[in-house]
Amino acid sequence: MLEIRGLSAAIEDKPILQGIDLTVPQGEVHAIMGPNGSGKSTLAYVLSGRDDYAVTAGSVTFDGRDLLAMAPEERAAAGLFLAFQYPVELPGVGNANFLRTALNALRRSRGDSELDAVQFLRLARAETKRLAMPEDMLRRNVNVGFSGGEKKRNEVLQMAILRPRLAILDETDSGLDIDALRIVADGVNALRGPDFSALVITHYQRLLEYIVPDRVHVLAGGRIVRSGGPELAHELEAKGYAGMLTEAA
Amino acid sequence: MSAATQTLDTVQSVTQSGYKWGWETEIEMDLAPKGLNEDIIRLISSRKEEPAWLLEWRLKAFAGWQQMTEPHWARVEHAPIDYQDLHYYAAPKRKPGPKSLDEVDPELLRTYEKLGIPLKERAILAGVDPASIEGGSQVAVDAVFDSVSVATTFRETLKKAGVIFCPISEAVRDHPELVQQYLGTVVPTSDNFFAALNSAVFTDGSFVYVPKGVRCPMELSTYFRINARSTGQFERTLIIADAGAYVSYLEGCTAPMRDENQLHAAVVELVTHDDAQIKYSTVQNWYPGDAEGRGGIYNFVTKRGACRGARSKISWTQVETGSAITWKYPSCVLHGDDSVGEFYSVAVTNNRQQADTGTKMVHIGKRTKSTIVSKGISAGRSNNTYRGLVRVLPQAAGARNHTQCDSLLIGDCCGAHTVPYIESRNPTAKVEHEATTSKIADDQMFYCRQRGLTEEDAVNLIVNGFCKEVLKELPMEFAVEAQKLLAVSLEGSVG
Amino acid sequence: MTAALQRGVAGFLARYEGLRDRLPGDPRPRAEAADAFRRAGLPGATSGRREEAWKYTSLRPVADATFQQPVAHPAGDSRLLARLPPLEAPRIVFVDGEFRPELSALPASLDFARFADRAEYGRLARADSEPLVALNTMLAEDGALLSVPDGVDAGLLLLVSVATDRAACHPRHLIHLARGARLSLLELSFGDGSYLHNPVLEVVVGDDAALTHVRLQNEAPTAFHLSTVYAEIGERGEYDSFGLNLGGRIVRTEAHVRLAGIKGIAHLNGAQLLGGTQHADFTTVVKHDAPSCTSRQTVKNVLAGRSQGVFQGRIEVARVAQKTDGYQMNQALLLSPDAEVDTKPELEIFADDVKCSHGATVGELDADQLFYLRSRGIPDDEARSMLVRAFLADALDAVTDQAVRGVLEHAVEGWWERQAA
Repeated sequence: MLEIRGLSAAIEDKPILQGIDLTVPQGEVHAIMGPNGSGKSTLAYVLSGRDDYAVTAGSVTFDGRDLLAMAPEERAAAGLFLAFQYPVELPGVGNANFLRTALNALRRSRGDSELDAVQFLRLARAETKRLAMPEDMLRRNVNVGFSGGEKKRNEVLQMAILRPRLAILDETDSGLDIDALRIVADGVNALRGPDFSALVITHYQRLLEYIVPDRVHVLAGGRIVRSGGPELAHELEAKGYAGMLTEAA
Repeated sequence: MSAATQTLDTVQSVTQSGYKWGWETEIEMDLAPKGLNEDIIRLISSRKEEPAWLLEWRLKAFAGWQQMTEPHWARVEHAPIDYQDLHYYAAPKRKPGPKSLDEVDPELLRTYEKLGIPLKERAILAGVDPASIEGGSQVAVDAVFDSVSVATTFRETLKKAGVIFCPISEAVRDHPELVQQYLGTVVPTSDNFFAALNSAVFTDGSFVYVPKGVRCPMELSTYFRINARSTGQFERTLIIADAGAYVSYLEGCTAPMRDENQLHAAVVELVTHDDAQIKYSTVQNWYPGDAEGRGGIYNFVTKRGACRGARSKISWTQVETGSAITWKYPSCVLHGDDSVGEFYSVAVTNNRQQADTGTKMVHIGKRTKSTIVSKGISAGRSNNTYRGLVRVLPQAAGARNHTQCDSLLIGDCCGAHTVPYIESRNPTAKVEHEATTSKIADDQMFYCRQRGLTEEDAVNLIVNGFCKEVLKELPMEFAVEAQKLLAVSLEGSVG
Repeated sequence: MTAALQRGVAGFLARYEGLRDRLPGDPRPRAEAADAFRRAGLPGATSGRREEAWKYTSLRPVADATFQQPVAHPAGDSRLLARLPPLEAPRIVFVDGEFRPELSALPASLDFARFADRAEYGRLARADSEPLVALNTMLAEDGALLSVPDGVDAGLLLLVSVATDRAACHPRHLIHLARGARLSLLELSFGDGSYLHNPVLEVVVGDDAALTHVRLQNEAPTAFHLSTVYAEIGERGEYDSFGLNLGGRIVRTEAHVRLAGIKGIAHLNGAQLLGGTQHADFTTVVKHDAPSCTSRQTVKNVLAGRSQGVFQGRIEVARVAQKTDGYQMNQALLLSPDAEVDTKPELEIFADDVKCSHGATVGELDADQLFYLRSRGIPDDEARSMLVRAFLADALDAVTDQAVRGVLEHAVEGWWERQAA
């Protein structure tokens, strides 16, 4: 479903990604691990279409479509969701309003009927409850005044409501305590199924205890240096990045 | 939740482009010859069957106006206005006092329809007994069609409460003592060039008097339209809230599409006595001219409220999206101890629009308090200026002001300017001013687009969020209209 | 030229006519400046003429004063320098507008020339639009032309101007920092009696150069101080200025700073401490004319007696100046029921990718702080004095050079006690 071939990307002429090859088949959850500065977040931004990054080589297809040629909102409509490492604040924009606007934009693009306020609220409240989030989260402005953990949970709430086909979780575990981590993982696991794939980007193995990936890839220096099963994460935990990278070199 | 729903509806409904209120009503007009002189003023006065004192008042204002020069301190530019090339009186020809739907020109009814005045209110405007209309919304409308108030609704309900709400010309006739007592006491005829001009030639407008202790049972609303070619519109509004009274007044403005610039120089005077409160809300979407800056309204308005009584309050809320040029500073003179002045403003300029707007808060009474929240949004090749004065006089012990002034720029060909004046002469007064200028952050746009919103929808959402502090001050039915207007006004500003 | 002269113009024009043949340099700019001054007059001096740039300050008292050729001071009259701070630094001294070599200690690491010897005007100050620049250009007799060569750190230099009763001096200074040069300039002005000090200073800060410019205006209580600075900053250049207005009867310090190259930095900080019937106007304009520049400004007014403090600050951001970061803060402390503060912070922005903000606060001493101190047993007077001193100290914090800050601290010491007395 997601095919990345020889992807290189730069920011302000500084190369970050240097030839990434990666395939995420439908229904699978892959983890990307790597040290700071290895290009993990850049990969997430390039896949979701952020302006500041220039793709210098390679291709990405999503369900056979050229992902790189699409605008961010078209990628979203196609079913790609990015859970941001640093969720953005939107002052004055209510969370429920934002989510309903987004959901209906996606539904429109898929030819589905739009949800009215009542239908939407029913859905949103159910998801909020399932993720053990306070209901006032829907009334508050998007991410404004949220704690770090609340922001991350809000991302997962959005994901649960927007139901993407491919979710990219960019260090969603950072800043979460163990309870919140479990809730977030439950949220992701609940979506798992034949129509849901995910790319879980993380620095630590901890999250992968809860979201067990089908494959693990190690990203370093803008390249995938190793790939393997879930056991690779444990190996990383034991050896550390330095140890593994020395071996890989 | 309902506000959220409305935003969504707004975003969805805004698909048509251009100025959707641009049409012209073909009805018979009673037009004075072009030009301005004492004879024209006498003509206006006699057409309106005014008492001698008012004619004298007008003539005095005219004499003063002739000595004045057009002000040029605002950051606006326009071709010279030929004040002798305008009609100063235009009234739809009609039988006096339309009492039933049949008597009203069908064109006029269609005008109301296009204005978005709800069907029931249209009927009411046309003179149908409100009692016979089921579930009519509780908004009283005084529509000003060019210069003459065509009909006033809910007169009866208001009458029971003791509230007077009528065209000012009628008030001159029926309540001369009130008009004479207050007219020109907040905005003197000599106040400024445009106020003097208005005083000399004003043809109509609304008059409201809310007696002691009365809470006006409904929102009062006026829709203004400028219709005839080359007519200046010189509205005069006077609202008085007597001790302990409360009234909320809504003003909506649209004007049809025209090639020539049209002058609008209204004067609004508000007076509150002890413990009284006036809430004055405006949504202004007059024709802004086309993308190249041709046509559009010149909106040179003087609005001022006097908080004469202790603990009284005047609150201005405005959403300004229209007009080629807006020159407008709704102000509060806080005489009464503990009186409160508020100014909440959203001003949007796009294409070649120019807005120079803000407020004056003059603190005279003790512990007087004022709040200013201004949100300016510039797009296209427009210029948007906030200009505000906070003045604390020596006797205003314990006065407080807080001003928050934010500008948002969309595109790199527009300008956003902030010109606050703060003058304090009392050490116990506290004045705070904050201003910021920024653009919509890239990461905000990306976040919204990642969630599937188009650029335009994302801008609308973020702009509405930016303006929320002001929009929430508007009565509900106005807030919806205002949100739609923001979206319409910013069309074509991104991408 | 049949039109009647504006108030206060005749005396200056007569002086120009009288000196005309003896004034140094090209006579043409002076003649043009004289015309401009004749047209513009002294701002606010003529009734019914009020310019926006001079909204809160009228030079009528200057127009009504009379000045005359000052008496000559004997060479080496060291009493003139009695008030000079004890700083180990070279100095250039002017007395009643004239350079005094015997009182000066010339710097070694930069080039110095007298305006009287080499009358050079910079290209920044505009006589046609600024009446005070016109007045200065018309009558400038002397001044310092300073030039710091490429990459040289010239250290600290004092530029001292002393004036005596009835003098009217119009020094014209020009400062040029070549690429990568550095200079710390401390400008001091003081004097005795009723005089006019009207300097114009033009500054060019080259690419990667840095000028620290601190001004201590401590004129006599009956003097007029009207100064104008024009500065232009090159790429990555830095202009770090601080102005302290302490003396004078009518004071206007005006600075126009243009950030002309990318990543330039301008700081225009200052403080005004006024009492009695003093009137001081701190006016600045920062023009962002290049991308990625930063400007910072904090100006504090402390007003006692019947004084009037004015702050006018404008940040202009041109269309090309994307990524501008501009910040401006004005705080005023009103210590007396008869004092007045007038503040006009302005933003004028034509670029969209900018971060600009300004703030202003006006009020008296913080009641909570005052109560806190008093609840700890500190008497009201002392508590007030403590808070005023804290406010001042905070203002002077912007001056990073310890020795220079010491000079300013010394100058403001006991200010509040003198006001309260």
